[in-house]
Amino acid sequence: MIEALNLCKRFQDKKRGEVRAVDGVSFTCRPGEIYGLLGANGAGKTTTLRMLATILEPTEGTARLCGHDVVEHPERVRANCGFLSTATALYPRLTAQEMVEYFGKLNGLDSATLKKRIDEIFDRLDMNDFRDRRCDKLSTGMKQKTSIARTLVHDPPVMIFDEPTLGLDIMTTRTIIEFIRECRERQKTVIFSTHVMREVEKLCDIVGIIQGGKLLAEGTLEQLRQRHGENDLEEIFVKIVSPHYGVQETV
Amino acid sequence: MSLRNIGIVYRKELTEALRDKRTLITTFLVPLLVIPVMGTGFTAVMSAVIGNAKKEKPKVMIVGGTDSPGVVAALQQYPKINVIRTTDDWKHKVVEKEIRAAVEIPEGFEKNVSEGQGGTLKIDVYGGEIKSEFAAGNIESYLKEYRDGMVAKRLEAHSLPANLLRPFQVKKESLASPEKQAGAILGGIIAYTLILMCLNGAMHPAIDLTAGEKERGTMETILSSPVPRTHLVLGKFLLVLTASLTTAMLLMVSVEVSTTVLQKSHALEQMTEEGEPAPQLTLGPAAIASVIIMAVPLSVLFSAGLITIALFAKSHKEAQSYIAPLMFLVVIPAVAAMLPGVDLTPKLAIVPLLNVSLLCKELVTGEYHWNYIALIFASTCVYAAGALFLAVKMFQRESVLFRS
Repeated sequence: MIEALNLCKRFQDKKRGEVRAVDGVSFTCRPGEIYGLLGANGAGKTTTLRMLATILEPTEGTARLCGHDVVEHPERVRANCGFLSTATALYPRLTAQEMVEYFGKLNGLDSATLKKRIDEIFDRLDMNDFRDRRCDKLSTGMKQKTSIARTLVHDPPVMIFDEPTLGLDIMTTRTIIEFIRECRERQKTVIFSTHVMREVEKLCDIVGIIQGGKLLAEGTLEQLRQRHGENDLEEIFVKIVSPHYGVQETV
Repeated sequence: MSLRNIGIVYRKELTEALRDKRTLITTFLVPLLVIPVMGTGFTAVMSAVIGNAKKEKPKVMIVGGTDSPGVVAALQQYPKINVIRTTDDWKHKVVEKEIRAAVEIPEGFEKNVSEGQGGTLKIDVYGGEIKSEFAAGNIESYLKEYRDGMVAKRLEAHSLPANLLRPFQVKKESLASPEKQAGAILGGIIAYTLILMCLNGAMHPAIDLTAGEKERGTMETILSSPVPRTHLVLGKFLLVLTASLTTAMLLMVSVEVSTTVLQKSHALEQMTEEGEPAPQLTLGPAAIASVIIMAVPLSVLFSAGLITIALFAKSHKEAQSYIAPLMFLVVIPAVAAMLPGVDLTPKLAIVPLLNVSLLCKELVTGEYHWNYIALIFASTCVYAAGALFLAVKMFQRESVLFRS
């Protein structure tokens, strides 16, 4: 369960002055659901997800993951979520197994549990061939699998994906999409951000459209289609976002 | 505070560091080689140069002196120089280093001297050039001997005692043991290299574990783990400290080995004047241990300071450009401590880096001023704690971790 409650993030920028990257965003995602955060570049997706993962602290408002407050108990929040983005790289000088082990240990798993978890994950993701290969020697697909294994090692109930398919080829993208679906099947709460309409159509139970740090529309695909009288998600998106596009620059 | 978390972070950073060629080179290879290369190389060159200068029989011209055969004959008999035929461009030849020196004898020199009117013998030397200085120095002392001989003869001719003009002797004797004389020089060099090595050993890991993580995109990964940021930065700090201390310790091992080898090779004896005792360059285990103990707060200061600075950078290169000027800043007190006359005072004992440099100099010469040692150790600990506090604080700041 994720509850975002009036999340705000403001930065000081030398040239632009105060920037409201996220401006009063509230939403709820439930277990067994995929929540898609759809937005253009700079809309505030990454900042929102980073606040949920407690990598950034909200300037105002808060969020709760599995009942833990991101401001009060960031460590407990992190113990309950897996965070994956294109910016979460692997340690090049560790092997795939060492990488996953490291995060297992940081999550407080004892060595017996850790070994069992790693064997299980490596079998499931078909990673045994490159277990002992250093991360800098892995292909993009292998790296992505290792990253997935890293987020899964402590079996978190909440998964946060920040543009997880950005810059990946079709095959690797499919692995990720499949993995996100699997998370839903395992009754995890999933939130992911993207600007690819197709991914949203394929995956999401609920879509939130964000622009200029504000959540402009929210609902199931069907609800959005009915509300805006369009069938194509791209058209809906443009309709919602256009009046607000460029607003952020003028603030 | 969970030691378990810090330990996990530390062990992982250690694994990575031991797989990083650049860290291995700066931590293990550089401290082991810097002294042999700098020290032994330098002394070998010096003793070779001085040895050569001593061995060479310098070419010398005598200018004038046709009416002073006594002086000319004496000079020609002097076995340490090679008197060659005089040419008109003798000054030019000294400058061009074709001859080492020239002795100018004024007209009517011996006549004037015998009549008691005095006179001046001029030695032309190319100042600053070691072989020329050597030749001129030898000629000067030889001519003084010649003059003393003349004085003795005159006194004898008047039946006066030989010690009339020299009623007493003056003699200089150094009470410092050879160990201490050498220590004064060696201590400065050790302090200088120790400071540089502590910094150098910490530099690469400090950058790699902060700016390097940002550059490789692992910073966000590690921040998504449930471990508190304080534990992360402390684990990282301990690894940087380990690298810095390893470098310092290996440096001291290298110093001990190099000086022992140097001592055995008799290279130093060539550099000293005949009859003088050769300097003793070996350090006692007590001196080595105390220098290493002083290196601990110094390494803490450098490790934490470098982490704080490197955290600001977004890439390895950027971090290096921040830290490069720091190298110069650190070298200044280290060099200042090598200057003669700069000694420990209560005020200097709280100047960071300079105090450790000065203390190292004392420790190497075997002086243990316990109050100074306590003061310097304590003040360095205070600076180190300050730097560590700053590093931990920096690691909590989003504007630093996610600078864009």
